[in-house]
Amino acid sequence: MKAAMKKAYLWLIFLFLYAPILVLVLFSFNASKSRASWEGFSLKWYIELFQDRAIMTALGNTVLIAVVSALAAAVVGTIAAIGIYNLKGWRKNFIINVTYLPILNPDIVTGISMMILFIALSFPRGLTSLIIAHITFGLPYVVISVLPKLAQLDPQIFDAALDLGATPREAYTKVILPQILPGVFTGFLLAFTMSVDDFVVSFFVTGNGVENLAISIYSMARRGINPKINAVLTLLFAAVIAMMYLIQRRLRKSTADI
Amino acid sequence: MRRNWSLYPYILWMVLFTIVPILLVLYYSLLADGGGFSLTLSHYARVFEPLYLAVIWRSILLALVSTVICLLLGYPVAMILAASPAKQQFSLIVLFVVPMWMNFLARTYAWMSLLETNGIINTVLGFFGIEPLSMLYTSGAVVLGMVYNYLPFMVFPIFTVLRKLDPSLLEAAEDLGANPLKTFMKVIFPLSLPGVLSGITMVFMPAVTTFVISQLLGGGQFTLIGNLIQQQYLRTYDWGFGSSLSIILMVIILLSMGLISRSNAYEEGGIL
Repeated sequence: MKAAMKKAYLWLIFLFLYAPILVLVLFSFNASKSRASWEGFSLKWYIELFQDRAIMTALGNTVLIAVVSALAAAVVGTIAAIGIYNLKGWRKNFIINVTYLPILNPDIVTGISMMILFIALSFPRGLTSLIIAHITFGLPYVVISVLPKLAQLDPQIFDAALDLGATPREAYTKVILPQILPGVFTGFLLAFTMSVDDFVVSFFVTGNGVENLAISIYSMARRGINPKINAVLTLLFAAVIAMMYLIQRRLRKSTADI
Repeated sequence: MRRNWSLYPYILWMVLFTIVPILLVLYYSLLADGGGFSLTLSHYARVFEPLYLAVIWRSILLALVSTVICLLLGYPVAMILAASPAKQQFSLIVLFVVPMWMNFLARTYAWMSLLETNGIINTVLGFFGIEPLSMLYTSGAVVLGMVYNYLPFMVFPIFTVLRKLDPSLLEAAEDLGANPLKTFMKVIFPLSLPGVLSGITMVFMPAVTTFVISQLLGGGQFTLIGNLIQQQYLRTYDWGFGSSLSIILMVIILLSMGLISRSNAYEEGGIL
C-alpha cells in the first residue's frame, strides 16, 4: 500500500513534468492552429518553419555561436585549467572563485554588465558580441570539467616525459592532453549546451537585429502562441537529447576508466 | 610543470569580460545624473521608495512561495528516489533530468498554451461543464512557472545528501524506539539540512531574478526585480537606477551563496 502510494506520487510528479512538453510536441504535428483540439497529423508547421527566413537565420546563428564559442572556451579553458592546476595557495583559490563568478552571478546581471561594457567601448553589438559573451559563460564549465582530470594525473608524469627527452611542448601535447581529453570534451559539450540554451545573456548583449533562436522564440511567444514555435522547440529538444546522450555516455565511459 | 604563462589569456579574458563589466555596473550605479563625474548614492536611495520596495517585496514573496512549494513537492521525491533500488534509481533520475533539457523558454512557453483561456485545461474542464477559468496572467501562473522550472534544483541536492545517509542510523533510531515520524524529524531531516539549504538557494536564486517567467506567464502585470532592471536598461534608459538594482541583487545572491557554500563546505556539489 505504502509502496503503491510512493509510486503513484512519483508518477504524478513525472506527469506534471512531462505533460506540458508532450502537449507542446504533440501540437507541433497538429493540422490546425488550434491549441486545444487535435485536427489530424500534419507536418505543415515544420514546412512553414523551414520557409521562415527569420527563424532559419536565428537557428543558423544559434549553431554558429554555440560551435565557435564552445571551441574557443575549450581551448582557452583547457590552457587555463593547466595553469590553475599548477598554482598553489591563495592564488589558486582566488582564481577558482573568480572562475565561479559567471556561474553564480544572476544571468540578468551578467547580461547587463556585458551590455554596458560593449556600449562603453562602443563595440558594435551583434554576432561578435554574442560570441564573446557566450565564451565568457562557457569558460568556467570547461575549467571545471578539466581540473578534476588534471588532479587524477600522476604528478610525476610531466617530469617523466621531460626525463625521457620530450620537450615541454611535446610533454603537454603528447602526454598531458590525451589524458585530460575526456574532460575537455565534456567541458566543450557543456559550454555548447549552455550556449544553445541561453536566452537572458544573449537578450541583453545582442543588437542590430541579430537574433538567436531563444530571442526569436521569446519575441514570438510575447505576441502569443504560434505552432511554428512548437515545431522549432520540438526539433531543439530532440537535438539536445541527442547531445546529452553523448555527454552521459562520455561521462560513464570516463568514470568506468578510473 | 612550467611557469604559468598559460594563465595570462584566461586572466585577461576574465578581467575584461567579467570583472570590468561588473565594475562598470558599480560605477554607473554611483554616477550622478546630468553629466560630470560626481558620485552619488541617490540611485540606491530610490530603491527604497515604496513603489520599488513593493516590487522587491513581490519578487521575494513569489520566489519564497515557489521555493516552499518546491521543497514540499521535492522532498518526498528525493526520499523516494534515494530509497529506490540502484538499478531503477538511474533511470528514474534520467527521467527527472530529461525535461530540463528542454529549453527554459520552451518550458515556460508550454505552460502558456496549457493555461490560456482557449487552452487544453479549459477545454478538458469544458467537457465536465465547468466554465473556462482565467489562469494565464495571474500570480498563480507565475508561481507555477517557477515551480515547474526549478523543481529539479530542489530535488537533486536533497537526493544527493539522502543517498549518502548511513542506513544504520535509521536502524539505530528504530531500535531505540522512534516511530517513523520521529525518525524523520529527529534523524533524517536534520541530516539532510545541507541538501535542503542548497536546494533552497538553487530555487530561490533564479526565481527571484527571473524576468522571463513573470513576463510570459504574468503578462507583464507582475513586475519583479528582473523586469524592473530590464525596463531601466531597455525602456527608460535609467542606467543609474538599473545598475543600483543590479548591484543590490548581485550582493544579496553572492552573499547567500557564500553563506551556503561555507555551511556546505564539507559537502560535495550536487548533480550538474
